[in-house]
This record gives sequence, C-alpha cells and structure tokens, in this order.
Amino acid sequence: MSQQHTLSVLVENTPGALARVSSMFMRRGFNIESLAVGPTEIPEISRMTIVVNVEDLPLEQVTKQLNKLVNVLKIVELDSTTAVERELMLIKVKTDPQTRGQVLETVQLFRAKVVDVATDAVTIEATGDSGKLTAMLNVLEPFGIREIAQSGRVAIGRGSRSITDRTLRAVPGVQAG
Amino acid sequence: MTGQATGTVTGQLDDQPEQVTGAQSLVRALERAGVEVIFGIPGGAILPAYDPLFDSEQIRHILVRHEQGAGHAAQGYAMVTGRVGVCMATSGPGATNLVTALADAHMDSVPIVAITGQVPSASIGTDAFQEADIRGITMPITKHSYLLTDPDDIPRTIAEAFHIASTGRPGPVLVDIAKDALQKPTTFTWPSELALPGYRPTTRPHGKQVREAARLIAEAERPVLYVGGGVIKANASAELAMLAELTQIPVITTLMARGAFPDSHELHLGMPGMHGSVAAVAGLQKSDLLISLGARFDDRVTGQLSTFAPLAKVIHADIDPAEISKNRAADVPIVGDCREVISDLIVMLRKQADEDNLVGVYTAWREQMLGVKAKFPVGYDEPEEGLAPQKVIERISQISGPEATYVAGVGQHQMWAAHFVDFERPRQWLNSGGAGTMGYCVPAAMGAQVGEPDNVIWAIDGDGCFQMTNQELATCAIEGIPIKVAVINNSSLGMVRQWQTLFYEGRYSNTDLNTGSEDSGARRIPDFVKLAEAYGCVGLRCESPDDLDETIQKAMSITDVPVVIDFVVERDAMVWPMVAAGTSNDDIKIARDLAPEWDQDDL
Repeated sequence: MSQQHTLSVLVENTPGALARVSSMFMRRGFNIESLAVGPTEIPEISRMTIVVNVEDLPLEQVTKQLNKLVNVLKIVELDSTTAVERELMLIKVKTDPQTRGQVLETVQLFRAKVVDVATDAVTIEATGDSGKLTAMLNVLEPFGIREIAQSGRVAIGRGSRSITDRTLRAVPGVQAG
Repeated sequence: MTGQATGTVTGQLDDQPEQVTGAQSLVRALERAGVEVIFGIPGGAILPAYDPLFDSEQIRHILVRHEQGAGHAAQGYAMVTGRVGVCMATSGPGATNLVTALADAHMDSVPIVAITGQVPSASIGTDAFQEADIRGITMPITKHSYLLTDPDDIPRTIAEAFHIASTGRPGPVLVDIAKDALQKPTTFTWPSELALPGYRPTTRPHGKQVREAARLIAEAERPVLYVGGGVIKANASAELAMLAELTQIPVITTLMARGAFPDSHELHLGMPGMHGSVAAVAGLQKSDLLISLGARFDDRVTGQLSTFAPLAKVIHADIDPAEISKNRAADVPIVGDCREVISDLIVMLRKQADEDNLVGVYTAWREQMLGVKAKFPVGYDEPEEGLAPQKVIERISQISGPEATYVAGVGQHQMWAAHFVDFERPRQWLNSGGAGTMGYCVPAAMGAQVGEPDNVIWAIDGDGCFQMTNQELATCAIEGIPIKVAVINNSSLGMVRQWQTLFYEGRYSNTDLNTGSEDSGARRIPDFVKLAEAYGCVGLRCESPDDLDETIQKAMSITDVPVVIDFVVERDAMVWPMVAAGTSNDDIKIARDLAPEWDQDDL
C-alpha cells in the first residue's frame, strides 16, 4: 500500500544541499508531496521536512539514497501518532455583508484567524494538520476561494527527545591522507 | 591515498601555513593527496592552475586530445592501480566533455577526482563565456561535488574529495573552482582531520548478520557465490578464493568481476547475465541460496526480475546499503567492505563447523553444475571463410597471457572478450559495465598503461567504439604510452546489428560503418592502418586466420610505440548465449532459436 511518509532530514547548511536532495528525488523517480526547509537551533544544520507518497520498500530506498548524500546528516521518519505535524495556510475568501459573519464563524470554529480584511474579501491564516486544513477549505469553498498559499508540512517528535542531539557533536574527524 | 610526495618545486611539505596563490595551493594539495599523474586539457578558467602544475616535479600532466579521454584515462589508471585517478578540464565545454566519463565512473564505482575551472565568481550565473553549471549538471552522476569560490577552501576540499572518492563505495568527485579563487592569495595548510559528519561508510560487517549468513550457507543445498565488482574494489580476491575452497560452493563472476576468481578454477561457472554462460545462468536460476558479494542485481544479470532465481534466498553483502534490497529483497543484508565480510564469514563458517558440527554439503549440486559447465561451454563456430572475431580475442589472450591487462569497449567485442580472454587475476579486466560507454576503451587503456608502465595493455575495441575516441592515439604516441589496440572490425555497430538480425527481421538500419574491406563491398573508411600511421603508431592488418598468430606476435614485439591492428573479421558472428532483453533467464538461448537441451537430471 502506498501511503504518505513524513521524513525529517537534517542536512549541513551548505549551498547546494537542497538541490542535491531534490535532484536525487527526481533522478530516482520519487515524488515529493511537500517540502519545507528551515534553520534549526544549530546554525550549521538545516532541517528539511519531506512528505513522500511511496510504498514501504521504495521508502527504504528513499532513505538509503538520501543517506548517501554527503551533506545529509540524519533521517528520521515521523508519524502522526508520535509527532506533531503542522501546515500553514493563507486563504483569501470572497465575502459580502451577508456572508462575512458566516466566514468569521468558520474561522473561529477552526481556531484560525483573520489577518487581512477588504471590502469584498478576508484573508485567513490557519495552521493544523492537513486533515483540518482540508476540512476548513471544504467549509469555506461555497463562499468562493480566491487564492491559497500553503506551506509544506513541518513536524517534530513528541516528548523531550531531540533528533538534532548528537548529530554534529559525536562525529570523529577522519584522518586526512 | 598514500602520500608519496617528496620534495617539490612549489615548496617543502610541512604543515606550516604558507603564502601562495589558490592555484599553487591546488597543486600543493594534489601533491599532498599523492597524485602522480593528471590527464587533462587547459583552457581559460583553469589556466592559473596550469602554471604551478608546470613546475611540479611530482605530478606528470598528460595532455589529452579530448576531455572525455582524460576522464576515461583517469578511470583506467584507477582501475589498475586501485588509486584515485585525476582528470582536469576548463569550464564550460571542457567540463561538460567530462560528463560521460563521470557517469561511467559513477556506474562502475571507479574512484576519480575531476578538477574543473569555473568562470570568475562574480560572473557565475551571468551566462559568461564558457560558463556551465557543471556541479549542477553532474550532481546525479557524482558521488559528491564542490564549487569553490574561496581559495582558503582548496586544501580541505581536495583532501575531502580524495577521501570520498576512494573510501566506502568508490566513485567520482568533482571539484569546480572559480578562476578568481585560483588567482587570489591564500595560505596553504593541509588539514590533519576531515570534518565529514554526513559521510561515515560502514566497512565492518555486523557480527549477527555474518552469523545468520553462515547459518544459511550451512543449511543450503544449492548455493552459489554471486561475485560482483565490489570484490575487486575491496581487494578481496584472496579471501574469496579461500571461501570458495573452504565451502566448495560454485562461483559466478559478473562482467565487472571478471578476474576476481580465476577462470581456470574448477568451481568457476563463468559470467552470468544477458550473455552469460549456460552454467552461470542456470546456477543462479536453480540455486536455493545466492551469496551476493559486491554485486548489485543489475538488470543485465537478472533478466526479468520476477523470474530471477525464484527458489533462492539471498545473502547480500555490499558496502553501499542502498544496493541491498534495491532490486531483489535480501534475506540477510550485510553492509560492509567485501574483504572484511568474506574474512568474517570464513571465521564464522569454521567456528560453526568446529563448535556445532554444522557444515554444508553441496556435492550433488556441485557435480550437477560442473556437468552443465562441461556440457555447455562457451564456444563459437568458425566461419568457412574469414576470421572469427572470437578466435582473434582467444588467441590474443593465449599469446599474451593473464599477466597482460585487457581493456574493452562496449558491444559484441566486449562480450567476446569477457568470455574468451582467460581471466586469472583481479584488475586484469577493465570495461564499461554499467554505463556501456562506447569509446571507453582507447583512453582507459591509455590510463591503464600509465598506471602499469611495464605491463602489456591490450585495448580490445570495436570499429564503432574505436572511432569515438581514437584521437587519444596521438596522446599515446607523443607521451610514450605503448598500448596495443585490437580493432575487432566487423564493419558495423555489431551488437545493434545482432539485435536487428534477431528482433528486426534483419533490417539493418544505420548500423553499417563501412570500415570493412573493399572486397566485401565496404569502403574501408577510415583505413585503420593509415589512421594508426597518421597518429605515429604502428598499423597492422589481419584478414585471415592464417596470419593471426604472426600478427599478434608482431604486435607483442613492438614495445616502444602504440600498435593498432585492424582485425577484419567475419560480420555475421553473434554473441551467444543470449537472454533476450526483458525475458526470463530461463529462456536462455545458446544459438539462434536454440535453447539448451537439458537432460532430465541436469536441472
């Protein structure tokens, strides 16, 4: 069964690291559903959250091929039961005096917020997992969605453990030849 | 990467920081990395590096005629010596001409470092003259790559590049250096340690996996050792021989592993795959345990994957974890260096025998497979008239012996060489296995000769391949690199023609090269003898079996200049056995429409 997997990938913060990762996905024929890149608490390390839709065996290939990239430090698969997963969405919805109240009610129900108001539209900022965002979009759809901007998924494991721990620290140097 | 460096013009080798230019720093770094030869061509962006290189006493630069030749020469050098081969080119087209060789080295895990010049850093991204994003272009075909714009990064990067190229699963590393980084002042300090937190290849196999493998081996009834090029890269031939002797398990060597186990050994069933021996193909298909050592279940070996070795469990040992279970799921995966894996396996098998009295007995299976090997040897029919290409290769091997090194191009002649050269030692055989690069042969042979200056290097090439890179004969003649080129000239793109014969009703679309004799209706363009002479080589021609030995002996007697022999061979010879593309190994044919006739008890 093909299904979504969320991979947290720690990479060295060097030029070209993103290109290497995306080039590897393209070259091996793996599809990226979403990709989010950002800094971590360690300046030398960036974190990519990659969502792929593959079966288990190809997933093993994805992680092994990622691991072969010299700039990739660590790969952890996060699943929704043991990790918090979030996406951010900005939604511009058509409104008029009759519908504005209903739209604002929807915003409250989904614990989203309005970040911009115009006479005939509001812009809503919503975060959540993809299920929540899809549900919210379904409710807003009848009012008329003018534009959407959505981030890739970011995720972090629950509990006190950190995947960046020991990633850079415990690396012995290699003797140069 | 042993530092062979001695005193150099650019400075003494101490680790005191020294004021130099980026270019001097590059040459110093290459010297410290132990480089003794670079194949390359200068040009605008790399020009600053060529000035200090001119003064280096340690590094010999060999000026090639095409950058692809530089890349393949670096591969040939690396394959025979086990050291890192180095090629150098300028930006733009110089760099893109290296692409084929880099892709080839990536497929066949050959350790090379390519140094390319790049336009000045301020011009990067502006579509400057001779600008190409070579790092971007080569990302999928290199093990790793760098773009340097700061001269201070040069020594560390060169040290890393050689380390990455030569360790773990070997492969090509590209270092692209902006011209201004070569010109600017910097200090040279050779790093004492490398910081590569994301690069930690596993060489020591896991004890539990080795134990599990030993148990499967003892329990198996029909095991085979499926040996790939990783055994040669890991210098594990002696250990492999010990394992085979100890267990008496039949051995199969892939195209990349020819020579890893002696052809003369009784247990050797030959090469598997599309043009494999019947015994090797049948051995895999009927096996109940594949012990895969440094092989990667390539489609040319497995045929239709779903029907490959259907009864077999799989022990898969490889230094690259991504190869394990990529094409065929492994029952016992072992990540590690082949030499360590095999050594540990031997220890474990002995221990198992001593302590638990667990010893595999494969007598019936071995006898059966040796019977198949005897019944279906790889052979050929001699034509009524003309020269059999297989015979040419067979005689070259018999006359030159296994001490000589054999380099092939790609196609029919390559498969015939794989079968009819007697391979007895590792690093005796170089070819383009994974990428199938026509044009590999002459430049790779050149690099091999530089790596083995006192050995006989035979370049067994086809008339098609030879015309792709034969300009390196000029390099060989001028630089005193006396390779011997046997052009197996069937006046056509022979392997493609074979497929047209078999699968396209003999419609020979665009496979006639007209290099054959005028008597046979071809136009002899080019005349390979004249071409050899034009390049300052000795040109010989052989068209009859009667002259064969004499011609080969004449070539063997010439040791100071390159020799090119135009072996004008019979055109319709085909490579057999053959498993047609996409079909099952079970459908192997030993000749056209002729499947092996199995006795009931054969299989």
